[in-house]
Amino acid sequence: MLNTANLSLEQAPPISIPFRFFLTAPLFGLAAAMLLIWYGPEVMTSRWSPQALALTHLITLGFLALVMCGALLQMLPVLAGVPVPQVVLVGNLVHPLLSVGTLGLVIGFLLGSLQWLKFAVIALGAGFVIYILAVGVALWRVKQPNPTVTGMRMALMALGVTVLIGLTLASGLSGWGTLNYPFLYTNVHLVWGMLGWVALLLIGVSFQVVPMFQVTPEYPGWMRNLLPRSLLLGLAIWTTLYVTAFIDRTTLFWSFACLIIMLVGYIAFAVTTLMLQQKRRRKITDVTLLFWRVGIVAIPLSFMVWAIGRMFPKITVFVDLDMLLGVSMIFGVAIPLLNGMLYKIVPFLSWFHLQNRQLAMMCMSVQIPNMKQFMPDAPAIRQFWIYLAALVFTLAAVVVPDWLARPAAVLLAVSFGMLGYNLLQVVLRFREVSSELDQAATSNQDG
Amino acid sequence: MASITDTMAGDHRRCDEIFADAEASISDSNWEAGSAQFKEFHEAMEHHFSMEEGVLFPTFEEASGMTMGPTQVMRMEHTQMRQLFSDMAQAVEKQDKDAYLGLSETLMMIMQQHNMKEEQMLYPMTDRTFGGGADEVLEKMNAV
Repeated sequence: MLNTANLSLEQAPPISIPFRFFLTAPLFGLAAAMLLIWYGPEVMTSRWSPQALALTHLITLGFLALVMCGALLQMLPVLAGVPVPQVVLVGNLVHPLLSVGTLGLVIGFLLGSLQWLKFAVIALGAGFVIYILAVGVALWRVKQPNPTVTGMRMALMALGVTVLIGLTLASGLSGWGTLNYPFLYTNVHLVWGMLGWVALLLIGVSFQVVPMFQVTPEYPGWMRNLLPRSLLLGLAIWTTLYVTAFIDRTTLFWSFACLIIMLVGYIAFAVTTLMLQQKRRRKITDVTLLFWRVGIVAIPLSFMVWAIGRMFPKITVFVDLDMLLGVSMIFGVAIPLLNGMLYKIVPFLSWFHLQNRQLAMMCMSVQIPNMKQFMPDAPAIRQFWIYLAALVFTLAAVVVPDWLARPAAVLLAVSFGMLGYNLLQVVLRFREVSSELDQAATSNQDG
Repeated sequence: MASITDTMAGDHRRCDEIFADAEASISDSNWEAGSAQFKEFHEAMEHHFSMEEGVLFPTFEEASGMTMGPTQVMRMEHTQMRQLFSDMAQAVEKQDKDAYLGLSETLMMIMQQHNMKEEQMLYPMTDRTFGGGADEVLEKMNAV
């Protein structure tokens, strides 16, 4: 049997590493929906309530961060051409640390428990430090970084800033140190998380993935070379202006102006992506493309609603615009993009690992299912429609929480439940075929 | 001076376009066009593989001394793709649309992740190893 484990292009981690991130994530999504069903409209009346903070972090840490971290461990060797050092150890440590850290944080928020918050600071801090160091070493080892690698580096730096501020806030809340300007730093924390880590990673990965998988023209050269760096610089400038505005109010206007210029950059990226997809040579519309269209279209829509609302405050006095923006960024942009990606990556990895083994064993008696046999379209498309209904209800619930918070929560629970169930079916099928290969191997040896 | 990276990446894009055309025809149940386009795609891929397996990989292995390195993984993935080509050819034969589309989706994923590795790692490595000799290697590859 050919030993492929130590070859320099074969640096992907064992399949159990990404799978455990991907299978845990929908459970956190489900937990977030359950929390909204339990507490109801009060969660949506203030973004500073403990319940709202708990719900937000169940989604951002439990779903978004787990999927993104797991996917990046898996894809870095392919997208950047570098392995993550000690990837098995990193995966074995980071997955449980982030999972229990997220639970600890949520329990800490809900019970107001200082002990749980302290526990969360330690677990999340350790998990993210290990993750950022390992991925950082890999990314900075690339000698001639392409725009995707640059985008990932910028995203990782933004993750570092997000985590650092998050840990500072949680420490202050838990009684370690003092909590200075919590509202100010919470805004900085979430802007770096969403417009930094999530958006820059999306942009960097899209530069490579959209033209290749959908057979479209390339993104324009200036956009690939300039956008990720400029946006990170923009985030730094915005932060400086926004924080100094606490002392000197005159910079508040300039921080707002800086944010608007950055939003133009994100909108330009989204519009370019839609235009490229319009020109795509590959005409198949699959479930991943449906999810991606929602996620990309939601970028300009949510920014424009927010900016227009800010400019005409009299019309929008009844709506919490910031809450609406946050909900549309998380539920309208980040979740569908990752949800769509999962429907490609999980069946592909299942097929790839099994077919690789089959060829190495020269065992052609076992039939390896193709990607669509691992993950048929119909149940994935059903989940897409439920997700879309959940998105519409969740956005509407920001405006009329009393009526719609619980119906939105039920739809979210169904959507995350179906996603988790669909992914679980793929993994069970993987294990089934895998054990068929094991049996074939032993019977070969016996014969 | 042409580089191996640019030339071979260009050939990847060419194959992708024929792939997309075949898939579009077959998903419209246009088997006449679809089977011709699939054949053209299959030939384009085999030609690309023979340029690599016949000239590029052995020349690189000789010049760099790396015989069990990245080229071996690339050959392994060629084998995986060849298996899919033969399954796809059967699906075209039987005019089985669902089977073809399931296989073409799978092929697209492995083909693109394979291309990324080649375009980002292997081809630049060959360009660096050959230096000024890249033109000569390209000439031999074009003769395949």
